[in-house]
Amino acid sequence: MIKGTVHKYGNNVDTDVIIPARYLNTTDPKELASHCMEDIDVDFVKKVKPGDIIVADDNFGCGSSREHAPIAIKESGISAVIANTFARIFYRNSLNTGLPILECPEAVAGISDGDQVEIDLENGVINNVTTGKSYQAKPFPPFMRELINVGGLVNYAKAKLGK
Amino acid sequence: MGQTITQKILAAHSGREYVEPGELINVRLDLVLGNDITAPIAIREFEKIGAETVFDKERVALVPDHSTPNKDIKSAELVKILRDFSRKHKITNFFEIGKMGVEHTLLPDEGLVGPGDAVIGADSHTCTYGALGAFSTGVGSTDLAFAMAMGETWFKVPEQIKFVYYGKMPKWVSGKDLILYTIGQIGVDGALYCSMEFTGEAIREMEMAGRFTMCNMAIEAGGKNGIIEPDEITEQYIKGRLKRSHAIYKSDPDATYKDVIEIDVSKLEPIVSFPHLPENAKPISQATDVKIDQSVIGSCTNGRIEDLRIAASILKGRKVHPDVRLIVIPATQEIYMQSIKEGLTEIFVEAGGAVSTPTCGPCLGGHMGVLAAGERSVATTNRNFVGRMGHTKAEVYLANPAIAAASAVLGRLGSPEELD
Repeated sequence: MIKGTVHKYGNNVDTDVIIPARYLNTTDPKELASHCMEDIDVDFVKKVKPGDIIVADDNFGCGSSREHAPIAIKESGISAVIANTFARIFYRNSLNTGLPILECPEAVAGISDGDQVEIDLENGVINNVTTGKSYQAKPFPPFMRELINVGGLVNYAKAKLGK
Repeated sequence: MGQTITQKILAAHSGREYVEPGELINVRLDLVLGNDITAPIAIREFEKIGAETVFDKERVALVPDHSTPNKDIKSAELVKILRDFSRKHKITNFFEIGKMGVEHTLLPDEGLVGPGDAVIGADSHTCTYGALGAFSTGVGSTDLAFAMAMGETWFKVPEQIKFVYYGKMPKWVSGKDLILYTIGQIGVDGALYCSMEFTGEAIREMEMAGRFTMCNMAIEAGGKNGIIEPDEITEQYIKGRLKRSHAIYKSDPDATYKDVIEIDVSKLEPIVSFPHLPENAKPISQATDVKIDQSVIGSCTNGRIEDLRIAASILKGRKVHPDVRLIVIPATQEIYMQSIKEGLTEIFVEAGGAVSTPTCGPCLGGHMGVLAAGERSVATTNRNFVGRMGHTKAEVYLANPAIAAASAVLGRLGSPEELD
């Protein structure tokens, strides 16, 4: 069970604001995390606590294919991202790197910045502790569930190669 | 049942006759690509997978183009990872400085991508190669690692949207304006997860440069791929370049589309997309009161010789406005040399512009033209997000090369029509 405070953002949060290109001269997750969300919310790094949750409207993670974006978010302590929709490369990158993401417009509409939220990832149930309301996220197709269950694409590849 | 060109290519690469939108399929890949930002993570993940070597040393392309020539020590270390990996695995398509170009201009020009191919690249603008009638899309580093090891990847077969461009293109209107206008109409997630198929008489009459520009920016509408059916113009382009056999696919008349959008290009003006999203598209006549500090002509979107010719035709005999820095970046070494041979480079320098070696540089706020707080740049690049070209309080206005050149002279956004 995931539980944390919500940091809420709007539409089209792009990967350039999640992790600006001026920091892409490193691949170190800790260094990337220290600049996470810097160009949209300069205080994010100071206020984020382990377990916290990002909630956003449409098209989260649009723009560049940089996997540094989900890596920075995960390493910053964020335990899951809930959005109306995700941009497709960010969606793949999150599955591949083990950052839990959930599509649930009802939850996005019913959750405010600072709310306490619990997520049962197994069943896709989102519970807003602050308001007492519950929401059901869209389920993943079976293949993507398998990817998540084995811990991402690298483990999936290892199994395929018999490593 | 009828299929689109995208469905046919995906079917052919997954050993099927027919694929249905929404289906998850495994797709055999003809080429996989990484750059100096994305490949270092891909190589780290590749090592974790434990594969002996890459699936095919001739079908992995590694192009250090984003922070090169190395802008700092950390970037130099990243490029070194690509170089060492390429040597270890005898990768034939590692492009060293001096041979390197902006990846999405370089790979088609080098003949590494052709009609009917299925391609992924760890760069969002990999959708560019759809201009050749290939299925091509951007992924992240771990997907690239998997593809380098296996030579395949998984896809959800996308739904398709058809865009029909009809009418004659007015002067100074280009592929860039068609795609900016389209993104303005449907929004930055208007084609989310979908394939964008560009058709119609305006596309049939467009040269390859404009087609590459349009497919390049499919991602800016959230599209999975942009694609154009190959024709004589495509055949002419690949002749003497393409190193492999290719396959021509065309959409069936009874193929199914989620939506068909028709656009009369004869009514269009050059378009400028205002900060901070490519969807903020305005005709140039409504944009002429914006003063600029910089003009960038280049990138994987508009760094081709055709783009430089248009810019030079406007800058010839004129001077860049004293308050403006003009930066011109030919996308590849071949284009760089061609620009010299045709006298274009001389025109740019005479006008007071700076001409750079190929690099992505300023497009992503890396180097070679980063903006300070409060500064504005018109750019032929593809994104104008907050902080994209430098400071978060800087602004980027996306436009075609003619507008970028004219604006450099005027000191504000404007059209070549305004120059005497």
